[in-house]
Amino acid sequence: MSDAAPALRFGLLGSPNSGKTTLFNALTGLRARVGNYPGVTVERREGETEVEGRRVVVIDLPGSYSLDPISPDEAVVARVLAGEVADVAPPDALVAIADACSLGRSLLFIGQVLRLGRPTCLVVTMLDELHARGGSLDLEALSAALGVPVVGVVGHRGLGVDGLRRLIGRPETWSRPVVLPPADAVSRAGWADSVTGRALLRAPRPDGRTARVDRVVLHPLLGTLLFAAVMVLFFQLIFAWAEPAMNAIDVAIGAVQGAVRAALPAGLLVDFLADGLLAGVGSVIVFLPQILILFTVLYLLEDLGYMARAAFVVDRAMGRIGLEGRAFVALLSSYACAVPGIMATRTIPSPRNRLVTILVAPLMTCSARLPVYALLIGAFVPARKVWGPIGLQGLVLLGLYLLGAGAAIVAAALLKRTLLRGEGLPFYLELPPYRVPPLRLLARQVWGAARAFLRRAGTIILGVSVVLWVLLSFPRGTPPAGLSEGEAARWRVEQSIAGRIGHGIEPAIAPLGFDWKIGVGLVASLAAREVIVATLAQIYALADEDEGSLRAALRADRDPRTGAPVFTPATVAALLVFFVFALQCMSTLAVMRRETNSWRWPAFAFGYLLALAYGASFATHRLVAWWGASQPGLCEPLATPARRRAAALG
Amino acid sequence: MKLAELPLGEPAVVEAVEDGSPVAHRLLDLGFVPGTPVRALRRAPLGDPTLYELRGTQLCLRRSEARRVAVRPLAAPRHPA
Repeated sequence: MSDAAPALRFGLLGSPNSGKTTLFNALTGLRARVGNYPGVTVERREGETEVEGRRVVVIDLPGSYSLDPISPDEAVVARVLAGEVADVAPPDALVAIADACSLGRSLLFIGQVLRLGRPTCLVVTMLDELHARGGSLDLEALSAALGVPVVGVVGHRGLGVDGLRRLIGRPETWSRPVVLPPADAVSRAGWADSVTGRALLRAPRPDGRTARVDRVVLHPLLGTLLFAAVMVLFFQLIFAWAEPAMNAIDVAIGAVQGAVRAALPAGLLVDFLADGLLAGVGSVIVFLPQILILFTVLYLLEDLGYMARAAFVVDRAMGRIGLEGRAFVALLSSYACAVPGIMATRTIPSPRNRLVTILVAPLMTCSARLPVYALLIGAFVPARKVWGPIGLQGLVLLGLYLLGAGAAIVAAALLKRTLLRGEGLPFYLELPPYRVPPLRLLARQVWGAARAFLRRAGTIILGVSVVLWVLLSFPRGTPPAGLSEGEAARWRVEQSIAGRIGHGIEPAIAPLGFDWKIGVGLVASLAAREVIVATLAQIYALADEDEGSLRAALRADRDPRTGAPVFTPATVAALLVFFVFALQCMSTLAVMRRETNSWRWPAFAFGYLLALAYGASFATHRLVAWWGASQPGLCEPLATPARRRAAALG
Repeated sequence: MKLAELPLGEPAVVEAVEDGSPVAHRLLDLGFVPGTPVRALRRAPLGDPTLYELRGTQLCLRRSEARRVAVRPLAAPRHPA
């Protein structure tokens, strides 16, 4: 195609729930480019199509109830329309969208759009629903009243889309309003009422189905129970049901690694392919099951209309900490993994609340922390029953979960009061009628989210995996002769850059009671928290990753100078607390980068959580050491079996 | 009467929106314009926010926002203009 005829650019404008996304998809199909507008967290979507031989670009502008911005994020629409956003050419014409069932409200916004003075056409959606609810509307009369072309569309069935395509092929023929709608909201409402009158709008009956469903869904007791049930199911889906697929991916990657090792001669190349590249690819696609499940459920609940109701039910509780109802879903997802959790914040309309939610999501205890907690608790907390069937180990685990959740609440409240203080945006939330989303639209949305993750975050995760592999594998030396396989592995780790970093940061982490081995583990756990378990196994020269022998090795470890145990109760407690707070997860950082469109926020999150982790670990170490000193014999029941097992190992 | 105090189910008409603030401006853009019929449909299980019916849509507002809208219950006697 020649570049002679520049593409026609259309801006798509409409209130949330007006059917804008459906229409965008009907017009552009799968060819949407998704990105961010510079400097804000607002998603930018553009799609292309061809109409009568002309290239047409459709810009999906953020859904809004008003064109008068009261926050920098809302100002994006105005700035795009004015051509003030770098590398986004302003649209040549506007396509405004209004829901026929709430035309009286939609016209308040359409009036503002018409005042922009651009060539505009109006698309009226949900006409089938209007008729089904006994309403009617004369589109020609509406066109005459507004002074612009009007098309009726049933987006999910594609009805009327052809007419719209013909219309946007020639925006130069569009009629313009003779008189612009009034500027101030009060007179504009009067104008809207006169337009609906002239368009012979017969308002639809209240939606009986929605009212019946809402009698249960919004019922004080039943609604709360349903909310709890949906959230439990949702959590179960992400936490447990993604597990088989994730394990299958692990097994598959392992098989490919094995095949590569078998096919190629041992050496640097094969190490890089298997442990660097393939492991990196594995750590990207292992997230796919969770992300696909998350977005299928999320978009389904959103498009059905339940998400807004869930937010309504839980808003008060979240409002206490300065967030809003929808943040609940994101924070709950973060218990499985912060990556889908952070991606789930996309349903939070207020960008500032969204950012706060993103920043505290890593504090929710994700599943990657569990192997670390299991190792340390299993090794150092006695399996003693405290009360009935409740054991001490379980209580410590619960305590760690509560500590994370409590820290998230405090951090959110603090961020809302300081750095991200209220944007003066009022809270409002529309409860749309229940609608069954077309499956094709759902599949497209889910695919779009997964593709965005692979392209934006996946590349970063892969890159960092390779860098960490380099840190753990170089410089490559030949271990002294006579070492066992496990001892050789330990020797290599200690010689590696990561090993040297571990030694190098030892003075910094010594106040927490951590030695260089934990230091190496912390460096390696940047790839993912649970990696510290494998790294420690390597450092303790264990041939296999059997957890029992690693626990024994940790308990047996002695400081070579003093002969005192390395893992004292104070050190173990400090390490557990460190893992509650620290953001050691490059995937989370990569997704934060992708969702906030800057390195600033991931850097901030990493910094504040590291400071928090360090401070809390230090305090914990001191506290436990002081308490332990006053309780002689605290470690005895632990140290004794450990010594016995160490002797057996040695 | 403030919108936040409007009993559930009682039909009312918006009288005024507290002046000047960006929040008030947005409430006007959402359709809380003097003369518009409004009705409180439900409160959330925890007592806040409240769901309102307005211009053919259902919109929730928190109490803090609903306090900025003055309404006149239709059942109550008219205030002198």
